[in-house]
Amino acid sequence: MGETPIIELKNIAVSFDGEAVLKDFNLRIRGGEFVTLLGPSGCGKTTTLRIVGGFVHPDQGDVFFNGQKINDVPPHKREVNTIFQKYALFPHLNVYDNVAFGMRVHGKSEKEIKSTVKNMLNMVNLNGFAHRNVNRLSGGQQQRVAIARALANHPKVLLLDEPLGALDLKLRKDMQAELKKIQQQTGITFIFVTHDQEEALSMSDTVVVMDKGEIQQIGSPQDIYNEPKNAFVADFIGESNILDGVMVDDYLAEFAGQRFRCVDKGFAKNEPVDVVIRPEDIDVVAPDESPLSGVVTSVTFKGVHYEIIVDVAGFKWMIQSTDFQEEGSKIGLLLQPDDIHIMKKSEYSGMFGDYTTFSDEMDEDILASQREEAEEEDEI
Amino acid sequence: MKVASKVYTFLVFLFLYAPIFVLIIFSFNDSDTMSRSVFSGFSLRWYARLFEDRMIMDALKNTLIIAVVAAAVATVLGTVAAIGLNGIRNKWVRRMMMNVTNLPMVNPEIVTGVSLMLLFVFVAQSLGGLSLGMLSLILAHITFCTPYVVLSVLPKLRQMDPHLYEAAQDLGCDPRRAFFKVVLPEIMPGIVTGMIMAFTLSIDDFIISYFTSGTTQTLPIYIYSMTRKRVSPEINALSTLLFVAVLFLLVIVNLRQARDKRAQERKEGLES
Amino acid sequence: MFFLRSIWLGAIATGICLLVGYPLAYIISRTGARVQSVLVMLVMLPMWMNFLLRTYAWMTLLEDNGIINTALATLGLPKLHMINTSGAVVLGMVYNYIPYMILPLYSALAKMDHSVIEAAQDLGANQRRVFTKVIFPLSMPGVISGITMVFVPAVSTFIISKMLGGGSNLLIGDLIDMQFLGSAYNPNLGSAISLVLMVLILICMGIMNQFDDGETRGGGLMI
Repeated sequence: MGETPIIELKNIAVSFDGEAVLKDFNLRIRGGEFVTLLGPSGCGKTTTLRIVGGFVHPDQGDVFFNGQKINDVPPHKREVNTIFQKYALFPHLNVYDNVAFGMRVHGKSEKEIKSTVKNMLNMVNLNGFAHRNVNRLSGGQQQRVAIARALANHPKVLLLDEPLGALDLKLRKDMQAELKKIQQQTGITFIFVTHDQEEALSMSDTVVVMDKGEIQQIGSPQDIYNEPKNAFVADFIGESNILDGVMVDDYLAEFAGQRFRCVDKGFAKNEPVDVVIRPEDIDVVAPDESPLSGVVTSVTFKGVHYEIIVDVAGFKWMIQSTDFQEEGSKIGLLLQPDDIHIMKKSEYSGMFGDYTTFSDEMDEDILASQREEAEEEDEI
Repeated sequence: MKVASKVYTFLVFLFLYAPIFVLIIFSFNDSDTMSRSVFSGFSLRWYARLFEDRMIMDALKNTLIIAVVAAAVATVLGTVAAIGLNGIRNKWVRRMMMNVTNLPMVNPEIVTGVSLMLLFVFVAQSLGGLSLGMLSLILAHITFCTPYVVLSVLPKLRQMDPHLYEAAQDLGCDPRRAFFKVVLPEIMPGIVTGMIMAFTLSIDDFIISYFTSGTTQTLPIYIYSMTRKRVSPEINALSTLLFVAVLFLLVIVNLRQARDKRAQERKEGLES
Repeated sequence: MFFLRSIWLGAIATGICLLVGYPLAYIISRTGARVQSVLVMLVMLPMWMNFLLRTYAWMTLLEDNGIINTALATLGLPKLHMINTSGAVVLGMVYNYIPYMILPLYSALAKMDHSVIEAAQDLGANQRRVFTKVIFPLSMPGVISGITMVFVPAVSTFIISKMLGGGSNLLIGDLIDMQFLGSAYNPNLGSAISLVLMVLILICMGIMNQFDDGETRGGGLMI
């Protein structure tokens, strides 16, 4: 921890029209890292990015770049570059001139510009596209031009604001891999904003989960998934069954009317806690082989696995299993100690993790409305 | 198109164009009695008379000077105003400013005309002995042209990705340079459209000029005084020339657009 | 008297413009792209000619010894008295302002998604119902901006009434004109009438705006 972080945000607070967007926000980012800011729309992730880029001035707090305070440095003097949500390519310039834009502004020689543009287009697999009109490129190609344009300025930090949001799923996956490759090749620090948890987990060195203008958890993708700090993180990253429970003693938790051995300790005796169980960790057994048993209320085929909703004494569990179960049949749920993850109670307790009202369409609806909101947020 | 549609379209266009063609035909009328209804042979005499008429040529000169100055000033003012309006975040303030901008366009021209006249007369008198003329005409034309420029630039600003301006700064332009290198080229089509509109509105304006001109003659004002004399085939000649000039300009503009479009398509066809 | 006549004649002219302009705008919006742009240009072209000249052209047509009457006489038909009537004033208004009606109507109709009409037909609506229930409501913004763009100049005109209406069909505009540059010099009265006219029109527009989303006005003027 002794080295100076390349970007540091200290006690940042921002509000728009009296509404707090970021509250006492602290973040340190080490050089060369791939950091992802992950959260639902309106959580303040884009605002965080824009503070680093210099487009939003925090009401309170300081921004440091390599240990130097840059609060009052205007965007054009910062050694960071941004890839904007809808790429913001200059429509009146062709691909070559777009990529050359930053270098021309900085007064580089045309010879140097030519070779750099060539290298950049090569890196993003756009050889031979130099003299195309940017308006006639596909979404993926525009995306690549935006990357080339930002990298041509040799930034120390690259800010990416939901850069893959407009691409279809297949292209998205390809671009994820490509971005990761470029990041490793160049060693540039990437700060990546997304609301897609899968994207965050597969690309990042460090994930920052945010909600309501606050950091909920910082950690490696594995940490975030396996050791969520509260119900919000557990629910936002992947699927979770979250139950009310009590920590009877170290390594002994009580929930769903039963006592279970677990691997967590350090809680007060009989402290109320949230218990997280991932759907894929639950083993399905015969009803009499486990203290937990219930009736299957719905089964959905998902390709890799079946998604099974089981009613256990009024609480609906989600199980992901490769074995089909008959709707209405009685099954047992078997938990191993390391399947059980205990979290402290938080403001999010009781809000997530019950699949009573769960349906795919609802999830889609929520996603769609979040997308719309994200666009509105973008206007700020 | 069905036959009925064709006939209907033809009739409406006949209604629109018949008077204009009558004007054109009678501009070539060779008649001493200066009759407006009997065609008695082909002649270019009215055209000759037109160009000998010092008053008309002076009026034309005034009209062009006013149009060029007013269009130029209104374009700058309107563009700056549009950028300012676009930047207003508060919804209510923005709506109010938009209404204030639109008001001169929905206001009856005669009301705009007399109110400007009263204002100019008041200012001229309090400055002592000045009278209305070129200056008041130019100011009046700037006033009624500016909202049209705002109206044609504003949609371009709205369509523009707001991140373009930020992207330019992000790549190292200071705000001023970012504006000139990125924002201005983006909204240029709107500015040009606005300028053309301002120019043509200014050339064409009669009502507002009528009230603010004092004794200065512009072409429409002169035309008006000619129509009061009831019989003056020179007007027909003038109308014909103006009509042909406008037609010519429109055809050129359209041909250029078509050619640009074709060139663009060909270029892209070659590369892909 | 002046006010009532102005509003009455202006309203008639606006109504005629809508009735005549709507079918044409619809026909234009349904033709192929090439023909469409030519037709739109043909609608705009007369607007580029000074309206004094266009009105003057009608004077030569409508006069007692004008072209129409000369033509009638050669056919052995009786002469018609047309100039200096309120009919001539309405004709002048319709002629001068009908492009302001057609263009916004056209842009509203051309923007309309054709599949909406097909959907209505698919749901069993006959031609009349498709028009009254789908096409017309969807073109409402165009209708509103067309009406305001015709009504405002028609009500406040003073040239058309002077040139085609003779001395007996004066409108508010003429009244205002007379107070400032005419015989009855009285700027105070003139200002008062102007203010009343302005308020009247703003009220009309306010009522109109209730039906409009406010974004479409003036769109028809764009080239």
